[in-house]
Order: sequence, then structure tokens, then C-alpha cells
Amino acid sequence: MADRITLVLNGSPVALPAGTSPTMTLLDWLRGPAGLTGTKEGCAEGDCGACTVVLEGADGSRAPVNACLALLGQLHGCAVRTVEGLRGPEGGPHPVQRLLAEGDATQCGFCTPGIAMAAWAHAREGGSVHEALAGNLCRCTGYRPIVDAFARLEDDGAAPPALPAVGGARFEAPGQVFHRPATLAELLELRAAHRGAWLLAGGTDLGLLASEHRQRPPVVIHLSAVPELQALTADTGGLTIGAALPYARLLPRLEGPFAPLGAMLARLGSRQIRAMGTVGGNLGTASPIGDMLPPLLALGAVLRIASVRGEREQRLEDFLLGYRRTALAPDEVILTIRLPRPAAGAVLACEKVSKRHDQDISAVSAGFLLRIEGGRIAGARLAFGGMGPMAARAPAAEAMLTGALLAPACFAGAADELAKDVSPLSDWRGSAAYRLAAAQGLLRRLYWRVARPDLPAEVHAL
Amino acid sequence: MTAPDRGAPEARSVNRSPTATPDRGAPEARSVKRPPAAAPDRGAPQAQDAEVQGADRPLQPNARGGMGAALRHDSALRHTTGEARFLDDLPEPPGLLHAALALSPVAHGRLSPIDPAPARALPGVVAVLLPADIPGRNDIAPAGSGEVMLADGLVEYAGQPLAVVVGETRDAALAGAAALRPEIAPLPPVLSIAEAIARENWVLPPQAISRGDAAAALAAAPRRIFGEFRAGGQEHFYLEGQIAMAVPGEDGDVAIHSSTQHPTEVQHIVARVLGCAYNQVTVTVRRMGGGFGGKESNASWVAAAAALAARRTGRPVKLRLSRKADIAATGKRHPFLYRWTAGFDAGGRILALDATLAADAGHSLDMTGGVVFRAITHALGCCDVPALSLRALACKTNTVSNTAFRGFGGPQGALLMEDVVHRVAKAAGLPPEAVRARNFAGGENGAETPYGQALEGDLIRRVWAEAKTDSGWDARRAEIAAFNAQHPYLRRGLGSMVLAFGISFGQTHMNQAGALVHVYTDGSIRLNHGGTEMGQGLFVKVAQVVASVFGVDTDRIRITATSTAEVPNTSPTAASTGSDLNGWAAHAAASAIRSRMAAVAAKEWGVAPDEVAFADGLATAGGNRAMEFGELARLAYLKRVSLSATGFYRTPDIHWDRATMRGKPFFYFSYGAAVAEVAVDTLTGEHRCLSAHLVQDCGRSLNPAVDLGQVEGAFVQGMGWLTCEELWWDAEGHLRTLGPSTYKIPGSRDVPPVLRVRLLEGAPARSETIFRSKAVGEPPLLLATAVWNALKDAIGTDRLDAPATPERVLMALHGR
Repeated sequence: MADRITLVLNGSPVALPAGTSPTMTLLDWLRGPAGLTGTKEGCAEGDCGACTVVLEGADGSRAPVNACLALLGQLHGCAVRTVEGLRGPEGGPHPVQRLLAEGDATQCGFCTPGIAMAAWAHAREGGSVHEALAGNLCRCTGYRPIVDAFARLEDDGAAPPALPAVGGARFEAPGQVFHRPATLAELLELRAAHRGAWLLAGGTDLGLLASEHRQRPPVVIHLSAVPELQALTADTGGLTIGAALPYARLLPRLEGPFAPLGAMLARLGSRQIRAMGTVGGNLGTASPIGDMLPPLLALGAVLRIASVRGEREQRLEDFLLGYRRTALAPDEVILTIRLPRPAAGAVLACEKVSKRHDQDISAVSAGFLLRIEGGRIAGARLAFGGMGPMAARAPAAEAMLTGALLAPACFAGAADELAKDVSPLSDWRGSAAYRLAAAQGLLRRLYWRVARPDLPAEVHAL
Repeated sequence: MTAPDRGAPEARSVNRSPTATPDRGAPEARSVKRPPAAAPDRGAPQAQDAEVQGADRPLQPNARGGMGAALRHDSALRHTTGEARFLDDLPEPPGLLHAALALSPVAHGRLSPIDPAPARALPGVVAVLLPADIPGRNDIAPAGSGEVMLADGLVEYAGQPLAVVVGETRDAALAGAAALRPEIAPLPPVLSIAEAIARENWVLPPQAISRGDAAAALAAAPRRIFGEFRAGGQEHFYLEGQIAMAVPGEDGDVAIHSSTQHPTEVQHIVARVLGCAYNQVTVTVRRMGGGFGGKESNASWVAAAAALAARRTGRPVKLRLSRKADIAATGKRHPFLYRWTAGFDAGGRILALDATLAADAGHSLDMTGGVVFRAITHALGCCDVPALSLRALACKTNTVSNTAFRGFGGPQGALLMEDVVHRVAKAAGLPPEAVRARNFAGGENGAETPYGQALEGDLIRRVWAEAKTDSGWDARRAEIAAFNAQHPYLRRGLGSMVLAFGISFGQTHMNQAGALVHVYTDGSIRLNHGGTEMGQGLFVKVAQVVASVFGVDTDRIRITATSTAEVPNTSPTAASTGSDLNGWAAHAAASAIRSRMAAVAAKEWGVAPDEVAFADGLATAGGNRAMEFGELARLAYLKRVSLSATGFYRTPDIHWDRATMRGKPFFYFSYGAAVAEVAVDTLTGEHRCLSAHLVQDCGRSLNPAVDLGQVEGAFVQGMGWLTCEELWWDAEGHLRTLGPSTYKIPGSRDVPPVLRVRLLEGAPARSETIFRSKAVGEPPLLLATAVWNALKDAIGTDRLDAPATPERVLMALHGR
């Protein structure tokens, strides 16, 4: 079992000195001991992207991540590329760097290294430019020249670095132990033995404690090396998702009846966040504003949970107990999440209302699953986030829709009933009155989504 | 920076002076070549830049030219490679300590003396500094006096610095700051403008501008309406947070590296806090990672805190604020509350206006006087109102002291008239654009602002006509009407804005600048001036000015860090004046050297000095005399002629009488117009800007590429202020939007998919500006008002407070 963190940095293998804190952020390490100051700290909370670096997969994939949230222990066995590691064929600046410079895509330049790395990843991964840029804020340019440059990127065809296979590991630093179990059995033993330990999956939430709050947890159990937690299988009955599977790997599989969930997931965080963040983390955190929870409630998700005592299954709506409280016992871990495939003819809608379209936390989120039969609503599962201490279904509104004729009036009626189901708070994301009004608006909009799929349903469909 | 193709001096130097020493002349003239460009990580970024500028921009044949060339930012390639060094990237001096601030958790209260013991007990904590440790004065006021660096007995906002904790590491300092347990006996905080007005809590007395008898004109007007609305503040969110490093020297000297727009003020405040002379403090800044006004006064106290720690420990100290501390402890754009009554006629002519613009200054003065001045002088925008009474209030609240932010009260002032125009239009049943045009200054209406300076009515009408045409206004209107008639709940809207923005510092004495230019004997040029680079492209613009004077390529000019040791007594880089002031100062310095060089050449060639011309890297006379620029520099040296000069500039012909609130405070006005289209979801309040067409007057642009970037960036930043950027305080006065996860600046998708910007063509400045250019930093921010207006058009409500978040839009639709 490895006791030193090894990674590939800009193509060269690096073994970190014994005793390096495994919860030091990659950003602090790069800018400090590694002496690579091209990567910048803009916010230390994973939102601005100035610290973007790229994880290079053995398959040639490129995942942009926030170095401010990534902990060294998590990166064991990973290949990290920083802005200093981008080189053109002649050894000078990389074409991506030239393209950005020549397109006047920099002003102050502080966000630029992160944008260059996002660009380098995007050149290979493709997809929407705005999705590629959602995790990178620029305060100077107004983005137009950056967007133009992103639209002209070309993959450099560079081969991925050789990645040594790594197994389980245990890293120690003064006052700290970081466990990286490679089997489920080891994981469950560790979980039983260290009940106060950080259970670290992607670290997009826990990473804040290290990055912003400068905490040094004594014990960490990292979940990502356990194969069972990385599962992703699709069958006729639905999808089974490993709890520690990064969103980025789930996203392309959300097709067919799950496509609306995919569209919403594309607005969860940014590429940087989705490269690390996991469904299991969203469930384990059980935040009332976790974006994934309402759609999963609407779909009737079932969790498979394991401990040294055995395995069990639990419906998500039973798993959520209250504000950031779940039915997960201190010795348990979430293994997988099962998403039942919606019945033929069912309509799934996933909604998220926030101040900014991309990379924002929702004021209100919702998942709606309707079963329409012969012009009537045969079944309705409506779930909301941001409307109470936890994500929850809306039984009164569901009752109003169930059995009703598909008509605007019944959705308006459900919107009225919704007031009985929810108890939103007022905060910086929205007042209680607004949250209710917007959630009611989402129900009214649901009618049009179902009845007039030909119409643009929202402003971003224009 | 010299491009590889600069190989021609031999060919051109047929007339080389026989007095040039044969062993040194020729090679020296060419020795500006850089080391080989095969640069490792950080080897020779300059050479790489030069390579790109020279070779890779074939579409811009003038890319190495002087004024008017669309050169890219001088650091662009170093930005993208990560080689451009920001303050925190500089090599750290041996023995460096780190500082952190303890901030008040309470908005208002009596502070007992802080016990430093809990912090001192922690490993790695070196010092805990409190007001009693300040050797000079605990006063960081940028204007006036009496603003404390560390709270002493009284806390006036949540986030106010209470102590500086110094540690061997940044984490040790942060842990020490967190360990302090300040005892604060709470007092009731004043947290709203309305409450401050009710209590007459001011940071300075109200300012007023009036013309005619507004009360009588209101009474006599055929119709009257009343309005009230609010505009929120704005966090700068420069990507590089506040940071300073202080390095103690011998005999009480201190060298300060600061991310500041105002090195001279950093020098003054550090000296005030340390109790030393200005000449003991040297402040340097190469570049900032964004400023936007937020690093004007706020950078000074950050540097002073670092300097205090360096003085007390005798070691170098760096203070880098975390993002949360930065947002909590540093000032923002002033929020405003507006109340107005307008009198108008059926044709939409506004005959009289009585208005109050109340700014939330926060807890102290800072630069609120100037912000309020600019708000009140810009409250009519591009319009004329014959009779008016304007009052500007500077309200004191228990929030962080608000400060400069791009536009400096101008954008807030301009909202007033836009609200009046739109409300009057609705009341009169006219399009707002018709009402605005009916009231444009000049033409049939008066051209003079109420403070006595004339606007150029022809330019106002021209920018509006061009923006309207560019946008395809009429067709767009029809298209929108058709869409709105068929969609059940999405509504599109169209809005516009026309701006007139006065350029100059409101404080007349600040309109001065200095520069220092050296020409070396190889013909390379070193440029320094008092302006600072924060991404706006000032350095390349001023270098273009110098290049034009010497008739050389811009890449021959070395751009250097701003330093109080090179150019003293400077004004901040602010108020859009950077290139106006420093451009002229550098022009003066370069011209002085050029005159001396011309005299040398004239004597050498036996011609009159005014026959010597400088162009294409050569000095020439008549048709048959030519000398490479570097060769002439070498000759001048041999003739014992100085090749170094300072330049100085003061803006002519501006004045202001505070007693009468009249004068000519601005050297000139910049104009612009915009049309924006939005879509609103009336079920959720979500909205989006679909297109924007902007026309901005930059005079004869010094650098169209840089100016375009300024226009686009300012517009999007203005959109953020007016639509999505919301500062949210809880009932106890804690700001709860302390990072990008909660404070949402625009992202790339928020930029309208159709964004067309044109610089007004064929409109050289009428004032004697540098090469007839105009300032561009701030004015286009006001163009984003078109988006706010378009939202009002889409939803049809009378009042829409800013920022028009989805919540405000939906609540406005619901009549709440």
C-alpha cells in the first residue's frame, strides 16, 4: 500500500515528500512547494476558475478541475497539467495560448491561465462553449473575445501521459491520516473504525473546509478508488449510478427519458465541479438546495447502502430526514443510486431557478414526473428544492394534478395548493415570497411544457 | 521589444555620421535584439511577445505602429502563458511573514480593548497589532481625516478590521485572527438609506444644483408624476484580491508592493500610519488583476496594515485578503435611493424636475463626496430640463464604506433621468425613446447643463441615430410585438440608452500627470508614468503615444512598473483619465528628448532642427539625410546631450466653484448609445439579454482593439450591476454574499449572443486631447442601462429596482 502521494505533473512523475499534508489543496502546493505561480487563487471556493488545471486521463480525456478544491491525497495517481505545462510543438506558447492572446481575450490577465486551461480541455472534449466557460469568471473582457476564441479551438492531438496504476494507499502527515481504500471491504472497515472521518468523494463541498476555512481533518476516507462506487450501468429498468461517480461521467448517459435530467445537470456547477462532484456527495450532504435531489425524488430513486453489517436499500424520500440530515448510519456508505426508467409516455421536467443561469446555486429547483393517459394526468410526482429544510415532494399539489384533465386550470390549482406543501426561507438566493411564486410559476410552466412542446419553454430556449 | 525583422540599420545607415566611433557604432545600433526566443518556462517572455506581434498578426499591418494601431495588450501572451507576474507571484523575500485581519462580527457597537493572548498562544503567531501599536496615526482617510484603519473603541460595520495578526505562515496568521474574541457591546445599527435620511445621518452635507424656479415650474406644468426607486451597490470582484507586501529597509525606509490604482496615496497613507516622511516610502505596482475603482482607496489601507506589521516585526510582511475578507472589509459601488417629481407636457417635454438622489456612503466618507458630485452632475444624462432642483445626499449607515467603482456615481446619476423619461413616456402614452429625444440637450432645447457646461447636442443625436439604425429598431419592434402576441408567457422587450459622461476628475487639482522617459544609446526606450495597469491597456496606449513621438515602433518601448520613486505626486488611475493624462505627460517627456535629438541631428547635418523628422525608426532631413534612431541616440550621448526627460501635464481650462455649484468641471464629454433586447419569463422572472447594439464615442481612438475591449467589458459589468449582482445583508447588517458562490457576476452565457459594438467614426475629440482621442474606461458602463430599460419594456411595470434579478422582475409583475 502506497504511503507517498505520486502524481504526474506536466508530464513528469512526481513523488511528494513523505509527511506532505494530504489535505493540502493542489493550488497551495502548486503555488508554494512546486513554485508554479501561473495558477491563480481568485476565490478559494471553486467558483471563479482562476485556479483551473486539467486532469489528463489515460484515455486522452481532459477534465478541468479547480485546484483550490482538489486535495493532494485525492490526486494520487492522477496526471495534472498546469498552464506552465502547455507547450506548442516548437516549445513556445501553445496554440491555445496564442489564440487567446491574439484574440484580445485577456485584459488584466488574472483569470487567463485558468481560461487557457479550460480552453485546452475544451479543445479536446468539445461541447457547448458556454458550458466550457461556466466555471471561469472574467471581470474585464465581457467574454465576447473569449467565446470567439473558444469557438476556434483545435485539439493539439497530444498523447496522454503514461499513468502508473495505483491501488490502495494510506498517507500520513503530522496529525493526519488519509485513507484511500481500493476495495469495498476495506472501505467499510475504515468507515466503521473512524466514524468522525471525512468521507471524501469529489470534495467539491468538503474541499471548501480545506481551501476556504483552512481546516486540517485528522482522518479522511477517500471513496474514489473503490470500484463498486464508480459503477454506471443501464438496463431496461433504469440506471444504476455509483455513489462516487463524477457527474461528468454520468452526464453523457442521461439520454432518452433521462435527457431533461441531463440538461439540468449541465447547469450543476461547472465542468470543473462536475469533473469532481458526485451524486453520492449531493445525497450525503443532503442540502435543501442540492440540485440533484428533486429530480431524483420525482424519479423515485432508490439508494443502496452498505456497512460492515451488510447492505440495504432505501428510497431517497425516506433517506432524507431534515436539514442536512439523512438516514445514513455513522458506519454506512452509499454504494449506488438506482434511477427507475420512467414509463413510456411519462414526462420528466427538471427545473432550476437561479440569479445566473450557469454555475449558480438554485433559489428553487424542481423535478416533475407526469404520467399522461388519454388526456388525463394519471400520475404526478412533484418535488422541490429550496422550499423547506430539505428537498421534498409536494403532496397537496400532486393530489390536485392526479386524475385531472391536462388543462391550464389544474396546473394553476396545483400551484395554489403548493403553498400548503412548502415552507421556504428568505435568504440571499430569494425571499420566501419569491420562492413560492417562482415554484408556482414552474408548475404553470409545466403545463406548457407538456401541452405545447413546440413552444420555447424558457428564455434560454430562445 | 524588438521584432526579429529589425535587421535593416546597415542598409539605412548610409549617411552614418563619421563621428560615430567605428568600433562601437554599428553593433550598438542593433543591440536591441533580444536573447534567443527559445524560452523555457520563464525565460524570455518579452521576446515571445515581440515575435507574436511582429509575425502573427498579418491582418493588422500597423500592429507595430504608434497611435491608432489596434495593438493587443502588451502582456497578452504572458497572461495566457501564466508568465505575467502578479504581486502574489513575486519571489518571496527571505524571512517573509504573513498577516491576516480580524474583522468585526458586529455592525455597530462599543469595542473593549482586545486581548491578544488567544492569538499569541498559537504556534506560528508572531504579533498581534492593535491601534496602540500604530506609530503614526490610525487614519486612512483618502480625503479629509478621521477614518480608522483599526477600530478603536467603536465598531461601525460588520467586517471592520480590528487587529492585524502576523504569523510565520498565512495559515498561522489566519488562525490567530480567528482566535481573537473581541468584546463588542452592540449598538443599534442604521442599515438603510431611508433610515439614514430620517435620522439625517450624513457623512457630508447635502449638495444641491438648481436652475430656475423648479417649484413654480412644477406647479405650472400641465402634468406631474412622482417616482421612487432604488439601485443596489456592486462588488468590484477584481479577480486578484487586495494584496500588499511591505519590505523594511534601512533607517526606517519601507518598500511597498501594492496592487493599487493609486501608488501615491498608498505612499501617503503608509507614511501617515507609520509616522514617517513620504520619501521613506516607495510604492511599486507592475499590474493589477483588475481594479475597477476598488483598488483606489482600499488598496491604501491594506498596504498600510502590511507596512505596520513590517515595522513592528522588522521583517517583510505580505497581506493577502481572502475573498471573503476582501468582500466584507472593502467598499463597493454606492447604492442609491431616488425620489423625484417631474412636470411635463403632452408632448413629453419635461419642464421641471425636483429630485433627491440619496447615496449610501457606508460608515465613512472615503470618496463619497466625489461620487455624489458625479451623480448629481450626471443626473440629467443627455437631457435638458429647464427648471430643476436636485439634491444629493450622502447617507451614513453601518455598512462598509462605499468607494469608487467604474463610473463613480455617474451610472447611478444617469438612472434618475432614465426612470423619469420612462415614467413620463408611460404617462403621456409615448415611446420612451421619443420622450428622451424630445428632451435631448441642444437643438431645440438648451445645451447647457444645470451647472453651466454645454453638452454637444449633435453628438447626442448622432450616437442615438446610429445605434437605432444598427439595431434595426423598427423591424425589431415589430418582431417583438408578433412574438409577444403568440407566446403564452414569455415576453420580449426593447430598451435603449444614450449617455453623456464628463471626463476629468471632479477635483480640479487631480487633473495632472507626470512621466519619465529615457532613451538609451542603443535606441531602446524606457517609459514610466504615473498611471497604473489594471488590464485596461493603459501601458500599451501610452507606449503608442511615445512611439508616435519618436517615429518608432511601439515594441521598441519598454513598459515599466509604476513607482512613486520614478514619477512622484501622481493622481490615481481612475475617472477614465489614465490615457488622457499620462498620454500627454509621456508625450511631453518624449517631445523634449526628441527636440534635443533633432538639434543634434540638425547640427550634424547642417540643417535647421525643424527640418529633422522622426519616422519609421529613422531620423531624416530632406531627401538624403537619414540616421537610424538608435544611432542618433548614440550620437546625442557622444555630444553630451541628455536623453532623459520628465513630462508633465495639467488639463487646461477646467474649473469649479463649490459655492455656486457651477463651472466647467469636465474637459469634455464622451457620448454613447445602446439598444438592447431582452426576454422575460413572466412565470418565474428569469430573463436574458438577447442582443445589444452599442455605439461609443472614443474620439479618434488611440487603440481600437483596447477600446473595443473596454466598451464590451464595461457593458457586461454594467449589466451585472443592473441585473444579477445583488449584495444581500441580513437584518443584523452582515453582508451574506461574500464570494462568487453567492454574489453572481455575469458569466459568458449572460453576454447577449448578438453583441455589436462600434466605435463612433470620424469624430475626433473637439478638445485638445491626446491625438484627439477620448477616454473609454467608464462611459460604456452606462450603456447597460438599455438592458434595464428593456426589462421594463418587457414587463410593462412602472417601477423596477436594480439589480433586476429574476426575483425583482417577478415581484414587479406581481405588483409587489
